[in-house]
Amino acid sequence: MTAILVEGLERSFGEVLAVQGIDLRVDEGEIYGFLGPNGAGKTTTVRMLTTLLLPTGGRAGVAGFDVVNEARQVRASIGVALQEAALDPLMTGRELIRLQATLQGLPSAAGRKRADELLERVGLGYAAERRVGGYSGGMKRRLDLAAALVHEPRVLFLDEPTTGLDPVSRKTIWEEVQALNDDGTTVFLTTQYLEEADQLADNVGIIDRGRIVAEGTPEELKGEIGNPHVELTVGEGAVPEAELAVGGLGELRPRKGDGRVLLEVEQGAADIPRVVRALDEAGIAVESLELVRPTLDDVFVEKTGHHLEGEEGGGGADEPEAEAAPA
Amino acid sequence: MVGALGARSIRQTFRRPQLISPIVVFPTLLLAIQTGGAGAGIELPGFPPVQSFLQFMLAGSMMQSMMLAGNSGGIAFAVDIEMGFTDRLFASPIPRFAIVLGRLAGTAALGLFASLWFLAIGLIFGAHIEGGVPGALLAIALITASAIAVGGIGAAIALRTGSASVVQGLFPLVLVVLFLSSAFFPQELMVEPAKTIAEYNPFSFIVEGVREPIISGIEAKQTLEAVAAIAGIILLGLGLSASALRHRLRTG
Repeated sequence: MTAILVEGLERSFGEVLAVQGIDLRVDEGEIYGFLGPNGAGKTTTVRMLTTLLLPTGGRAGVAGFDVVNEARQVRASIGVALQEAALDPLMTGRELIRLQATLQGLPSAAGRKRADELLERVGLGYAAERRVGGYSGGMKRRLDLAAALVHEPRVLFLDEPTTGLDPVSRKTIWEEVQALNDDGTTVFLTTQYLEEADQLADNVGIIDRGRIVAEGTPEELKGEIGNPHVELTVGEGAVPEAELAVGGLGELRPRKGDGRVLLEVEQGAADIPRVVRALDEAGIAVESLELVRPTLDDVFVEKTGHHLEGEEGGGGADEPEAEAAPA
Repeated sequence: MVGALGARSIRQTFRRPQLISPIVVFPTLLLAIQTGGAGAGIELPGFPPVQSFLQFMLAGSMMQSMMLAGNSGGIAFAVDIEMGFTDRLFASPIPRFAIVLGRLAGTAALGLFASLWFLAIGLIFGAHIEGGVPGALLAIALITASAIAVGGIGAAIALRTGSASVVQGLFPLVLVVLFLSSAFFPQELMVEPAKTIAEYNPFSFIVEGVREPIISGIEAKQTLEAVAAIAGIILLGLGLSASALRHRLRTG
């Protein structure tokens, strides 16, 4: 069954076309990674799918309900954790979860119980009576996630859930997302982190300037770019000999003139022993050897001609999605 | 649902002292200054028969406090919008106007607090409520209802602008509107054009409705005029809020 179906979805802001007729489909039980740089249209798309923003064209259905005509049913079926953790700093963690439970229609006693469960689940039981203003960034994200889960939604929208977090907190969120998905929750995840999409997503849609430029599983997308390659550093003088020794094991890539030999191999890591044996038999000293696989950034460069922004530092979460193509 | 949101609004307000202090401190200081400095004004020919200037001023102070409460409510709502908290509410399966009503419940609580505060001050410092308990209750009810009315306008501005600083910037306007009414001085003794403005200012009707039970007793005319003025402002505020809400949801 389809959890999310989008057909020709568009959103313009005056003359600016932030989302330009995108189509996508997310099956139930899937983690869908929506990858793109700042200003690509990710958050605008999420806001339309979560009924926070009306589309100006096309249609979308979430959990079987139309986002425009059946908006309330959509909202009852989804959990949302937006790019900016929407938390009141003057509330305690427990107050926030209980309020969310009330808004989702849970009876008071059930809401209290659910709040206790979720706070423990996300590791915030010890901080439940503390005001949110005193939480760290990671704690706020976890609380936001807990609030999104209070009514056990069928579809969970996470808009850049780990932007700005340290690696440990990021890993914690990833583990929680994976656990939710293992329990059957469909997850629509926007991110500007390649590793996040690669690690978590069953399918990835890459968006740039309001358009989806590529879609598929991470392996399919990377496979479109080419095979992994082995990078050998042998010293400038030994490059011709090294190329002679290993050339039959794969396809040689053009020289970069820096003492490196680049050999595209079909089987990835399984080809390395043969490469090492061939170099050894030829008596060539290897300074370093590395297996380099195509990344989603390589896919992005292939499709758009530029790199994915914000991949390194996770910055840009504070930047508005101001860049979009004119209508 | 509205109750839960209202409870949150009330809790938020009392946890944020900067929202409480303008409602209480400034009007109380003004009351003290005016009562102390202009108390002899009640001797002026044409001044309504009152026990004291404090008794006359209580209604105006309650109005001032109530209007600042409405402004504070608008600021708090705009802060919610700025920090994205309203997105959490909008993404929930509740009638969206309940979000506005929840905010107004909080503002009504502030209005109630303001009326009780100033009635207490009046009683402590010797003012007599001529209408007795029913008169006091009427004054409290009118002020609380007025807080909802003014809060609706504050909410509309918050929804339209999404900016706490814009709503805060309207604070001087609140004082101008109030000083151009009969809140602090009898309309009959004003000079033009203030007198004509005060005559048609809906807040003058509300002030007179609140003042009458304090200085002489409950009068049907003043009460009904106050109720009509409050109802008009409520309708205006709710209408503007609904329009601003639709605009916000359309434009994100």
